[in-house]
Amino acid sequence: MSSLVEVQSVTKTYVQKAQGDTPSRPFKALDAVSFAMTKPERIGLIGPSGSGKSTLLRSLSGLIVTETGTVTVLDKTVQSAGRLGEDVRAARASMGMIAQSFNLVGRLSLFTNAALGLLGRINPWRGFFGLWTVEEKQRVMAALDHVGIAERAGQRANTLSGGQQQRGAIARAIVQDAKLILADEPVASLDPVSARRVMELLVDVNERQKVGVIVTLHQVDYARKYCDRILALKAGKIVYDGPADTLGLEQLKDIYGSEIESAYWGEI
Amino acid sequence: MSESRLTALEPPRASLSQKLLTWGVWLAVGLVLALSFKGAQIGNLPSLWQNSANTSAYMRDYVHPDFSSWPTVRMYIEQMGLTIAVAIWGTVISVVLAVPFALLSSANIAPSWIVFPVRRLMDVLRSVNELVLGTAFVVAVGLGPLAGVLALALHNTGVLAKLFSEAVEAVDNAPIEGVRATGGTRLHEIVWGVIPQVGPLWTSFALYRFESSARSATVLGLIGAGGIGQILFDNINSFNYARVSAIAIVIVVAVTLIDIASSAIRKRLL
Repeated sequence: MSSLVEVQSVTKTYVQKAQGDTPSRPFKALDAVSFAMTKPERIGLIGPSGSGKSTLLRSLSGLIVTETGTVTVLDKTVQSAGRLGEDVRAARASMGMIAQSFNLVGRLSLFTNAALGLLGRINPWRGFFGLWTVEEKQRVMAALDHVGIAERAGQRANTLSGGQQQRGAIARAIVQDAKLILADEPVASLDPVSARRVMELLVDVNERQKVGVIVTLHQVDYARKYCDRILALKAGKIVYDGPADTLGLEQLKDIYGSEIESAYWGEI
Repeated sequence: MSESRLTALEPPRASLSQKLLTWGVWLAVGLVLALSFKGAQIGNLPSLWQNSANTSAYMRDYVHPDFSSWPTVRMYIEQMGLTIAVAIWGTVISVVLAVPFALLSSANIAPSWIVFPVRRLMDVLRSVNELVLGTAFVVAVGLGPLAGVLALALHNTGVLAKLFSEAVEAVDNAPIEGVRATGGTRLHEIVWGVIPQVGPLWTSFALYRFESSARSATVLGLIGAGGIGQILFDNINSFNYARVSAIAIVIVVAVTLIDIASSAIRKRLL
């Protein structure tokens, strides 16, 4: 295997709707972005709102189709030149997705939600009717146990706290046997304690199961603490790609503007 | 400076064009009412109390419902049961048909070249009254409850497909993306991402249509679709108003019970 993720000059343009006197105009969410992940590391994607973090993350699983460029995950083409690859489903099966807005299905039990991680790897009709085997059920429970919420397996997802739902999404990724976890602002709606547990869990999955993690974060301090590599985006371009510990205040000022000092910089 | 500004500030006033528009709308409403006055024979309204002697003679039988013979009453209840059976099957068939049609007419599930024709087809089904559909089915399958079942099924398919698809179009996209991101197929997205979200609402809509089907099934007796409605109209035609009154009471009680039960279930669902 050459690399986990390979992104080559991906561009995505959105049309900004006309507002008042300003006419509609295109704006580049991603502007010829390229990067690669060759070993299971933890990449923190940072950048101001609208810099293209989420767009980049979602294009990795083909939830967003870009205009140009190529996205390859685990040697499978997710998308190329504005079209989803033929084996995009196979690629997705090995990627876990965690979203800020808790993308568990609220009315289904936590167990069923985690079991949905099997969909990409079992017979589609078995998945359609939810006929999990005994081994699969045990695997789901083991994953829930791993993230520390096995006792809530029978509970509806929408009765769980935000932190528990995010841990459920991580369990779903473990059930998927994901080689890569994509987390889109996973802690943005969580209290600090829950947020720390979710981030620690992502570190744990990365270190113990050798799963690559790409996580978009608003909190620069979280990115510096929990990630080993940081990609910073500004206006759709990568402006920093390097180790977390060499990201300095000067770069942050360049990314976020000069007011960053008071808001984010501090001892961790 | 602030003083001069204060005196200059005026509350907003409707412009001339806004005023004209308001008066225009009222004028149009008045015109429509006046034009339809004659056709609807609103001028004949006084006859409602001018012929009060006839009305009271007619109503005299109504206030003495005929429950004297138990076999007859039991027959009413059995026929009411038949009518409810028609409503049940009409609704169930319509739900089964409405699910695929609803998904095909949801803009967030199906492509627009499918959505448009399916929606128009549902519009047609919905716009044709059960009674009209019923007469067609009486020709096709003969007199009897089946014609009523099919009429209700077809009409309600149009209604439910619209209600169902509106629910589908309002679902939260995040869980669906969650299913897609695991490598699931489009069908998996619908079964695991969409249906769990719309399930309670769909059930509630189906129960609501069952309530109204129970009422419609009564009227379907008029065109020979059997059940309590047919007995009702037979007795109206033979001027047997004491029996008509008894039948009406059976219908009101049954429909009320169905309404109460169904809305209690619907409340718990949502």
